[in-house]
Amino acid sequence: MTPELKGFLLLSVLKMLFVFTVVMIGVALLTLMERKVSAWMQNRLGPNRVGWAGLLQPAADGVKNILKEETSPALANRWLFTLAPAMSFIPALLLSAVIPFAAPLPVEFDFTLGPLGRFAHHGLMPMVVADVPVGFLFVLAISSMGVYGVALAGWSSNSKYALLGGLRASAQMISYEVAMGLSLIPVLLMSGNVGFDSIIRQQQAGLWYVLPLFLSFFVFLVSGFAETNRLPFDLPEAESELIAGYHTEYSAMKFSFFFIAEYANVVTVCAMVTTLFFGGWDIPGRWDEQGGVLQTLATGGFFFLKLMFWIFFVMWIRWTLPRFRYDQLMALGWKVLMPLALVYIMVISTAIYLIEHVAGITDPKLSSLALFGVNVVLGLLVFGLLDSGVFIKGSSRRQPASEVVG
Amino acid sequence: MAIGVKVMQRPERQVSYVRATLKGMALTFKHMFEPRVTMQYPEQKSTTGWSLSQRWRGTHRMLTDEQGRSKCVACGLCPQICPANCIKLVPGEDEQGNRYPLIYEIDEFRCIFCGYCQEVCPEEAIHVGVHFENSEYSRGRFVYDLERLQSQTHAVSTLWDPSDPKGE
Repeated sequence: MTPELKGFLLLSVLKMLFVFTVVMIGVALLTLMERKVSAWMQNRLGPNRVGWAGLLQPAADGVKNILKEETSPALANRWLFTLAPAMSFIPALLLSAVIPFAAPLPVEFDFTLGPLGRFAHHGLMPMVVADVPVGFLFVLAISSMGVYGVALAGWSSNSKYALLGGLRASAQMISYEVAMGLSLIPVLLMSGNVGFDSIIRQQQAGLWYVLPLFLSFFVFLVSGFAETNRLPFDLPEAESELIAGYHTEYSAMKFSFFFIAEYANVVTVCAMVTTLFFGGWDIPGRWDEQGGVLQTLATGGFFFLKLMFWIFFVMWIRWTLPRFRYDQLMALGWKVLMPLALVYIMVISTAIYLIEHVAGITDPKLSSLALFGVNVVLGLLVFGLLDSGVFIKGSSRRQPASEVVG
Repeated sequence: MAIGVKVMQRPERQVSYVRATLKGMALTFKHMFEPRVTMQYPEQKSTTGWSLSQRWRGTHRMLTDEQGRSKCVACGLCPQICPANCIKLVPGEDEQGNRYPLIYEIDEFRCIFCGYCQEVCPEEAIHVGVHFENSEYSRGRFVYDLERLQSQTHAVSTLWDPSDPKGE
């Protein structure tokens, strides 16, 4: 092993430890935040007994879940029943490895550590655990693995509620994956690359993609809600119909794993929204181009702020909107979001071609502004139609009995 | 025949989805900054907005006279009227011919807290109380004997007054 490879491995291990710790603690605190936000929105106080302002509540919950009895249904498929929580937990955590959370940090070291030999690193260290060149394709691929955990949990429990929940979850996640994937193609058209790093660089040069690709952002956000199985799309665990859906039969730490997976997925979707449409760690203006440790810290902090805003937004939606009906959910996915994403791809690719080759605008800021103009027109049209109820109807038309033959 | 399904005539192009959603979100956001209504229960048992009603019928109290003896004359009206049959009364008589209860026990598990015992009592001895914190470590402790009934100190219920139905 060369000293450079050893240095790279050392840094990777350190970054892994950092990201894993932050995500695990963050997820625990998000459960508290969810309860606090819900309480505030209902004029309550929320948990405030354990620790200062309830900050130790997640720890108390964790201890409770570890000490609780683990039940397992008599006719459950024991292997899959045990495996399923891990199968939804691992992909959810895996995704945090590819999100860049700060500007690259210049790291210089060269030292010898006893029998391990020489470690060396020169130049910039990207602030991401795995700087994969496939970027958001990796996220799309791994996030769809989560459906196995949910579907298998539903099936292996040998319970009707769990099975229905698992089936709903798989149908929903597969449906919305289509719209989600299609909504990211305009991002690819704009940046010409799927890697997160180059997408952020492009947004630094031009505008944040939320402006030139607003409808993409909208479709991605809605499908993101559906992918994470959160309200208004939490049909898989609809309490009023299915008790708790796919995790009905789970208890103790296994149940906790589903919870951690859900919140880790929320973090990932929010990080994706931040990175793809809100410039990632980019701070507007010239501030973030000076390099150095200070820049890394500031950009990391700014990324965190954006991320927290979107996590709050997810919770805000959850405690505002009621659950969709199942046929409305499917209709929204297949009849609204997917065609919208497809048409949007065509419009955006045409617009990009016209701007670049006919109008001859090559400055990234100007071309982004021109696309923003296109989006204002499209957005008004789409939201006007959505608002008037042309796309979604309050109730699907059913045949009255008098029209039914028989 | 198929089951008749009512077809709702929904107005088209007159409804609002986006506006209604935004309105709802504004509402929940506004609520985040409104005063909290939570009462911090064990520390705080009543607030300006809420307190236990004076007509609350909780666990019983037996009132006593100046000598500290129970006012009960063991007339037997309360076990008679009790719909849940939760009062056990064994009457006794002293040398002067005064009747008093030898045993007076109320099973608070059987009691339905109707308050009839207080209404029927001619001596205003037995009362239901304005009290709700009754936890015990064993079931046996829920049979209150005379001593326990006398030693309770919580306020007694005013019950419902037909001439003043709203308690004003």
